[in-house]
Amino acid sequence: MTTTTVPTTAALSLADDALVLSHRLGEWIGHAPALEEEVALANIALDLLGQARFLYSMVGDEDELAYLREERAFRNVQLVEQPNGDFATTIARQLYFSCYQGLLYAELAATEGELAALAARAVKEVAYHQDHAVQWTLRLGDGTPESRTRMQRALDALWRYTGELFAPVEGLPVDPGALRERWQDAVGAVIRQATLTLPDGPDHTPWAAGAGRQGIHTEPFGRMLAEMQHLHRAHPGASW
Amino acid sequence: MSGENTDWPLWEVFVRSRRGLSHSHAGSLHAPDATMALRNARDLFTRRGEGVSIWVVPAAAITASSPDEKDPFFEPAADKTYRHPTFYTIPEGVKHL
Amino acid sequence: MTTAPAAGAADKTAPAELVAEFDAVVSADGRVEPRDWMPDAYRTTLIRQIAQHAHSEIIGMQPEANWITRAPSLRRKAILIAKVQDEAGHGLYLYGAAETLGVSREELLDKLHSGRQRYSSIFNYPTLTWADMGAIGWLVDGAAITNQVPLCRCSYGPYARAMVRVCKEESFHQRQGYELLHTLSHGTEEQHAMAQDAVNRWWWPSLMMFGPPDDESAHSAQSMAWRIKRHSNDELRQRFVDICVPQAEALGLTLPDPNLRWNEERGRWDFGAIDWEEFQQVLRGNGPCNEQRLNQRRTAHEEGAWVREAAAAYAAKQLTRTGQEAMAV
Repeated sequence: MTTTTVPTTAALSLADDALVLSHRLGEWIGHAPALEEEVALANIALDLLGQARFLYSMVGDEDELAYLREERAFRNVQLVEQPNGDFATTIARQLYFSCYQGLLYAELAATEGELAALAARAVKEVAYHQDHAVQWTLRLGDGTPESRTRMQRALDALWRYTGELFAPVEGLPVDPGALRERWQDAVGAVIRQATLTLPDGPDHTPWAAGAGRQGIHTEPFGRMLAEMQHLHRAHPGASW
Repeated sequence: MSGENTDWPLWEVFVRSRRGLSHSHAGSLHAPDATMALRNARDLFTRRGEGVSIWVVPAAAITASSPDEKDPFFEPAADKTYRHPTFYTIPEGVKHL
Repeated sequence: MTTAPAAGAADKTAPAELVAEFDAVVSADGRVEPRDWMPDAYRTTLIRQIAQHAHSEIIGMQPEANWITRAPSLRRKAILIAKVQDEAGHGLYLYGAAETLGVSREELLDKLHSGRQRYSSIFNYPTLTWADMGAIGWLVDGAAITNQVPLCRCSYGPYARAMVRVCKEESFHQRQGYELLHTLSHGTEEQHAMAQDAVNRWWWPSLMMFGPPDDESAHSAQSMAWRIKRHSNDELRQRFVDICVPQAEALGLTLPDPNLRWNEERGRWDFGAIDWEEFQQVLRGNGPCNEQRLNQRRTAHEEGAWVREAAAAYAAKQLTRTGQEAMAV
């Protein structure tokens, strides 16, 4: 019997990414632009929630990790905690994140580590999320003048949160530099096909304190967690 | 800018529930184009693993027999019992027929 | 029911042989299909009923979606998302069935948004605590299932088929609600109180879901003759009460009705009088959440317009492009 140590930081980072994005997508339910899209967004939210639960269970108790940690203990990237905004903002966030997650999981699936099992399972789900984001980026970019303006604005606004995706994470056996290059190619191709322009502003904040992977989050995240955790915390020790 | 151009067309969805079976009609949905219709159909009709393959067809592209043609269309087939194997009697004991 | 009208009798102007054929199909428990001739009133009744049913699924997403972001465990959160997603799916199946009768979904949504078509009044009540997720699953979905199972044999084919699909999925909804309440009822004191409070608030509105008493029900007799409806409102309500009483006991919760008692003679449970004035008020738009529910629905639709337009515009461009390519070859 071999005992492998779970790369806690890596598992938590990926789990928090998945949980937080799932939560944001869950906020869409009942507000989506078409009924068919209610179903699609809920599907993606459920996939991500499943990934988060699997990863948390590798590290400890899923509910303790999700509901009892303070904001500064969460390791997710700031990109996933950004508020939904309009549908274009949500799609831009989906495009940036699912392309990253797809490339990352494909690479992880080929490794030997503890995370390989999750990655192998999740890679198919993520391919679908990526396809959803790509299809909508094309339609919004190359749709009406209004949708085009909104989509470009969303891509530009979220660009500053993309650099963090490629910061090295302890225990994550991937080469961030190579990942970044492939991500830029993939995202760039979609954006061009959608007749839009790849943003060229800074892709990270200049603040030395760091970002999400160091537990530094943006203001909306605290409110999101307050909502998510309040009921669980109001009844210490209760089961649900 | 709103009105008629926001209405997505109707698509009929056919799902093959497993290999070896033909596609059968599952229902309909709205989508702006075939690519999205397929994806919407996947989300809507195979949430519980009900399918391995999906067809989507624009509802407007289906030509159906009219109910008014019911008799000339389908009744002539009813009296041609000789098309069915049970029409024929074969001697007792003959096998593999 | 000797006074029940004949199935096709309403349509005086239709050719007798068409009426006879329709009557024969319905009375033989056959299925009417979209392109068959049917009495205008049958079509109108079905459109009204299926649309109302579809609207209820869509509006019914809101009271539960209200708790998705606050679900107290990840397991419960996943269950709730899946359930609300199913409701969107059920709405889609039902709009699809309505569309086979010659109306468009856009038209139906428009009627919902402008208040010309209704949805089930139950969704005009607020979900105040997490326990409401359990009470809705157990009581509201339970009542819906009691209503809907007979619809799987409804005379209109597409409606019956949609209902088969809906009912299959609906039983998960009811069980998860019951399980949720059971956990709360056997949890901490606060949780138990939360569960009892939710049942107290949802019990009577659930009984109202079966509609007005038989002697006041406007559409019942005709719908029974057409085999759109199979059992009377009061019969279904009684069935539901009989099912719920022992289930409540197993939960360790009480039903808020001092007049609830076993009637040996009837072999059924007697229950107290329903406050039909409240029902009428909520129906008229004066419920606690009528305005809020409709506003959210309208806003989602209006704010989504630019997205739907973009997708339609993209599809049109793609068509032109492939057309031009074909010409160039």
